[in-house]
Amino acid sequence: MSASDHLMIAPVIVPAIVAPVAMLSMRRRRALGLSVSLGGCAATLAAAIALFGIAQDDAIRSYALGAWSAPFGIVLVLDRLSATMLLVAAILSTVVWVHAIVTGADRKGWHFHPLFHFQLLGINGAFLTGDLFNLFVFFEVLLIASYGLMLHGQGALRLKAGVAYVVVNIVGSALFLVALGLLYGLTATLNMADLAVRVAALGREDQGLLRIAGLLLTTVFALKAAAVPLHLWLPRTYAATMPVVAALFAIMTKVGVYAMIRTVPLVFGASAGAAAWVPAPWLLPAGIMGAIIGFVGVLVARGMREQAAFAVLASTGTLLMPVAVWREGALAAALYYMVQAIFAGAALFLVADATMRRRGQYADAVVPSPRFAGQDAAGLLYLAAAIAAVGLPPLTGFVGKLLILDASFAVPGWPAIWATILGTTLIGVVGFARSGSSLFWKTAAPDADPISAMPRPRADFIAPATLLILLAALTVFAGWAAAQAHAAAAQVMAPGRYITAVLGAAR
Amino acid sequence: MSLEFLVASAIATLVAGGIYLALRARTFQVVLGLTLLSYAVNLFLFAVGRLVVDRPPLWSKDVTHHADPLPQALVLTAIVITFGMTALTVILSLRSFLESGSDQVDGRAGRDGDEAA
Repeated sequence: MSASDHLMIAPVIVPAIVAPVAMLSMRRRRALGLSVSLGGCAATLAAAIALFGIAQDDAIRSYALGAWSAPFGIVLVLDRLSATMLLVAAILSTVVWVHAIVTGADRKGWHFHPLFHFQLLGINGAFLTGDLFNLFVFFEVLLIASYGLMLHGQGALRLKAGVAYVVVNIVGSALFLVALGLLYGLTATLNMADLAVRVAALGREDQGLLRIAGLLLTTVFALKAAAVPLHLWLPRTYAATMPVVAALFAIMTKVGVYAMIRTVPLVFGASAGAAAWVPAPWLLPAGIMGAIIGFVGVLVARGMREQAAFAVLASTGTLLMPVAVWREGALAAALYYMVQAIFAGAALFLVADATMRRRGQYADAVVPSPRFAGQDAAGLLYLAAAIAAVGLPPLTGFVGKLLILDASFAVPGWPAIWATILGTTLIGVVGFARSGSSLFWKTAAPDADPISAMPRPRADFIAPATLLILLAALTVFAGWAAAQAHAAAAQVMAPGRYITAVLGAAR
Repeated sequence: MSLEFLVASAIATLVAGGIYLALRARTFQVVLGLTLLSYAVNLFLFAVGRLVVDRPPLWSKDVTHHADPLPQALVLTAIVITFGMTALTVILSLRSFLESGSDQVDGRAGRDGDEAA
């Protein structure tokens, strides 16, 4: 094996090494710890870019950990989809890292940097792994780090939301284990490619259990993705945590969607007998309800963070609709929409952070306040982020929704998808326009309390602006990005190639 | 009664108790419920390798039939994770009780009419 083969494990190894080193060095000298942490971010980003480049040749690569060959050992699998998600995660985490340093958010508690890198370890691992139990372990790593990050900065409200978040996820993990147990009991394997082969060969008497296992597995992923009706934990958690952490969490719901896209076509695809596409009839209503609830939440939210949380919910709902169709074209549109929704959701949280830092006691409440320093810049950024999140031209949300509408035309249930996307977009536009005008246009009554915030340097506009520039780039190069999404979707919908890549051509 | 029936009904009882307790309003009961749920899941994972008695999980020349060792490894991982998670939940609910003065999961102040925890 050459060095470039081992590069595949870098997105997992680098954060795993950087996190403890950052913790140890941060105790001695902050500058040292910061440079270790920054080096970790940069190395992960470099590895992700390199892997994205490697995946361009359309081959699916598998990496056997410890040279234990599949299906006995654990494999990592790199295809276009996982490479794209790794790149998105690395870019997002670098931007969030910069924002955390600029605003001093990492000083609000201990161990921000180690937790941040453990979080990356979990996310990257979940994107790369080709083993279902290993996916469970990486989900746990990701969740445990997210508990720490979510509580970063503390406070009674955050602790209360944290208890609910932890309890919900522990129950989710229990369900995950039950689903894994069922699958293992049926097939005696946990390697995803091997599962696909053995599920296809199952006898008639096992089809009922297989359906249950598939539905349970999808339920767990839907819980992580905050698909309606399993979304109730999300708004309070994301609104109660620090906005910079919530911006990083914008990718976490999409990890759940990624896990569905990875497992369903592969294991519960066309060859799975009675369990073929078993979650599909449930996902479409979940997506429709998610989009409606999310955008109505955007309309009625009382704070910017709450609104951003509902926007994340709405984007997951919108995303699940084309995913639930399980066709190559719709999946390609979904992938484009997913990437831009991650950046748009994170941008909303970062703009909320920059705004609430300047509004003193008014914080992020959607009420008119006296003029504050940087109001115009914050308002412009909010406008751009809202346009991207709701899907108006010219930014990416519009392109994404257009692709979804185009790809879902004439599939079963397309009138529901069209009506939901067009209707919820209108609700979202009204919601963002209402809160935007309250926040940045109206001025408070003359006798309102003056803002007691200290003037802030404008450096905290850098991170949200970077995300918005990225979104603009994704709009300008939408043709290239859509072609990438198409190629990734084609790989996902051809599970035979994945199986051959992992198990070898012998099977 | 077979061994399978015994184990299955034990898992079912644990799950029923776990779900009931996890849906309670106070954090301590919720923690107990999560613990019961995780016991049930661990037992279930263990049973996934089929219930076999008196068989070694490791290969040896003298034996022809073995117990499946993989579920045992999975259970070990699951036990470690759920144990850590339970400890975290206990600390978290304790902190949240001390900071907000209420042990209700949804954060509302306890009413006098509530049953004693």
